[in-house]
Amino acid sequence: MSAYWKANQRRLAPWLFLAPGALMFLIYVLIPIAQSIWISFYDWDGMGEATWIGTANYVELVDDDAFYTSLKNNVIWLVLYMLALPVGLMIAIFLNQNVRGIRAYKSLFFFPFVISQVVVGLMFSWFYAPDFGLFYRLIEWATGTGIAVLADERFVTYGIIAAGLWPQIAYVMILYLTGLNNVAPDQVEAARLDGARGWRMLWYVILPQLKPATFIAVVVTVIGALRSFDLVSIMTDGGPYGSSRVLSFFMYEQALSEYGYRMGYGAAIAVVLFAIMMVFISGFIWKMWRDETER
Amino acid sequence: MVHAKTGVLAFTAALLMTGSAMAEQRVLKYNADYDPIPLAAMEALIADFEAANPDIDVQLTNFDHEGYKTAIRNFLTADSPDLANWYAGNRMAPFVTSGQFLDVSDVWEANGLGEALASAKASMTIDGKQWGVPYTYYQWGIYYNRDAYKAAGVDLPGENGVSWDQFVANCEKFKAAGIDCVTTGSKALWPVAGIFDYLSLRTNGYEWHMDLTAGKVPWTDQKVKDVFAQWAKIQPYTTANHAAIDWQDAAALLVQGKAANYVMGNFAVGVFKEGGMTNETLGFMVFPEITPGIPRAEEAPTDTIHIPAGAQNVEDAKKFLAFVASPEAQTKWNAAVGQLPTNKNSTVDPNDPFLVAGFESLSTAYALAQFFDRDAPAEMAKAGMEGFQEFLVKPENLDAILERLEKTRQKVYK
Repeated sequence: MSAYWKANQRRLAPWLFLAPGALMFLIYVLIPIAQSIWISFYDWDGMGEATWIGTANYVELVDDDAFYTSLKNNVIWLVLYMLALPVGLMIAIFLNQNVRGIRAYKSLFFFPFVISQVVVGLMFSWFYAPDFGLFYRLIEWATGTGIAVLADERFVTYGIIAAGLWPQIAYVMILYLTGLNNVAPDQVEAARLDGARGWRMLWYVILPQLKPATFIAVVVTVIGALRSFDLVSIMTDGGPYGSSRVLSFFMYEQALSEYGYRMGYGAAIAVVLFAIMMVFISGFIWKMWRDETER
Repeated sequence: MVHAKTGVLAFTAALLMTGSAMAEQRVLKYNADYDPIPLAAMEALIADFEAANPDIDVQLTNFDHEGYKTAIRNFLTADSPDLANWYAGNRMAPFVTSGQFLDVSDVWEANGLGEALASAKASMTIDGKQWGVPYTYYQWGIYYNRDAYKAAGVDLPGENGVSWDQFVANCEKFKAAGIDCVTTGSKALWPVAGIFDYLSLRTNGYEWHMDLTAGKVPWTDQKVKDVFAQWAKIQPYTTANHAAIDWQDAAALLVQGKAANYVMGNFAVGVFKEGGMTNETLGFMVFPEITPGIPRAEEAPTDTIHIPAGAQNVEDAKKFLAFVASPEAQTKWNAAVGQLPTNKNSTVDPNDPFLVAGFESLSTAYALAQFFDRDAPAEMAKAGMEGFQEFLVKPENLDAILERLEKTRQKVYK
């Protein structure tokens, strides 16, 4: 035993160190994924007998209007959430200067990210509330008739995304602020000597150096957009008449909410959501792997 | 140090004493979802029960009202109590068919409940057996603001309410006075289901409404369209932004006189009165008749107590159910909460005009519906209520809504 250990110590050690993490990953990530996929082939209310129905859940999903509403909203979320990148960068550059009290300003800008999403949702639903909400009153004053954003299927998703962008911009800003700290001053100096200014300076000198920060910002923004559950749940509960649902909320509604308990159908939605995330995740992993091997 | 020691001693002694007390008493575990006022009433009821049965110790675990709906599915299978709160009608069907609730027909039999609780018996019965005991219900109807009627120059509803045509005609006058004729807050969806239920019960009758919620009638049926045709008459006079507000926000509109009528359950009276309304300004009427000659059915959601299949102490649990069903216990509990007892031998406070009116309206009703989300299966209820909300915002989408509901119906009732 000890002879074997001595001979293979260097080969075994990394696996031993990996073992606790790998075990956790297996129990809490890989096995549940497999289970979800398995459940998605059953008709099950969470308590009684589960019946094997093959791909019937997926067939139903393809025919379900609510699924397409959710999918469409998810795409809107993904696209509009990307606004957090340019806006966050702008604020970061604006704040990246040495004036008195800049730390206080920075922390104020970072503030929305510190408060819970639930509080953000509540604040924005009061902001939009008919009759007394500030936004409603502003629109009423400007156009004559107020708009109850959260009760109007045309605006509701955009209203929620605006609420979500507020903390997301703060998050991206902090990522860029740390990135800006690492921008090499000599390169900026050299570029300046060569006559680069303004947009050209930003595009050709600063942004390439911010590439790692941009990568992380894109990752967290994509994930933030796809898991946009809490704001939808707090602000509208998917309403009015289901028009602000996203896939994660739809999954919760079908599997776990008061009127749901269709575990199989919920699992099928989860699998679809997982497949969408997988596209992004594989993209990110592929990029990281490429960067590692290039070095 | 000395104090600490005596403290420990006292604590140990206390532990020993409770230990010996528990050895003599049989424990009855009860999981419930009461808000503060009903909780106090139930604690008083339990104290009465324990006084009558000194050998039983009822241990009440109270859950948050919304959280309970999820929790019950876990504790019924994992760590079952001896008693659990739930609701009548189709809401209890999943637990009955999956064998999670015990058949308590013998409790009904032994205590003559079939007669005393006659009005609620049908909604407690599945497969000819009773699966729990009802202890309270409340009426639905139209609550109105008398001041708003005066402000718009509309005659107050008489003793028997108003006729449907008159109600619709009044809406025109309210509109001219800048008052919402009908208010509701549909953010949580269920308030609009109350309006639909009444329109359906009044247009096509109780049996038809039950067939509809049981999935026997297609949603594209002409009679469904008749119901929505009646609804279309008051749709333009309904609070415009109802989809963005909760039912309490709509109650505020009624209190402030910005709205005249509110189709609601009697539990809202507390909110109206907290807002400053009195028996003088707040009125109640039964929902008007629409199709002449149809027997009058009412909405009366019923709250119930059940024995889970995994109960340890079934014997005492049945004793408790019999106690809860008794007229004395129901009179006391409902007087404290301001709701209606299901036992017909109970009494209600004669000084509360809303309780008296509700008791009158329910006891003379032809039949009682539970409420759309308790009569229809969960999935149908959700789709239906979303459809009602959409209709109230965009009545022109009616055909698409009914198509969608019909698709859901064919999926749900296989």
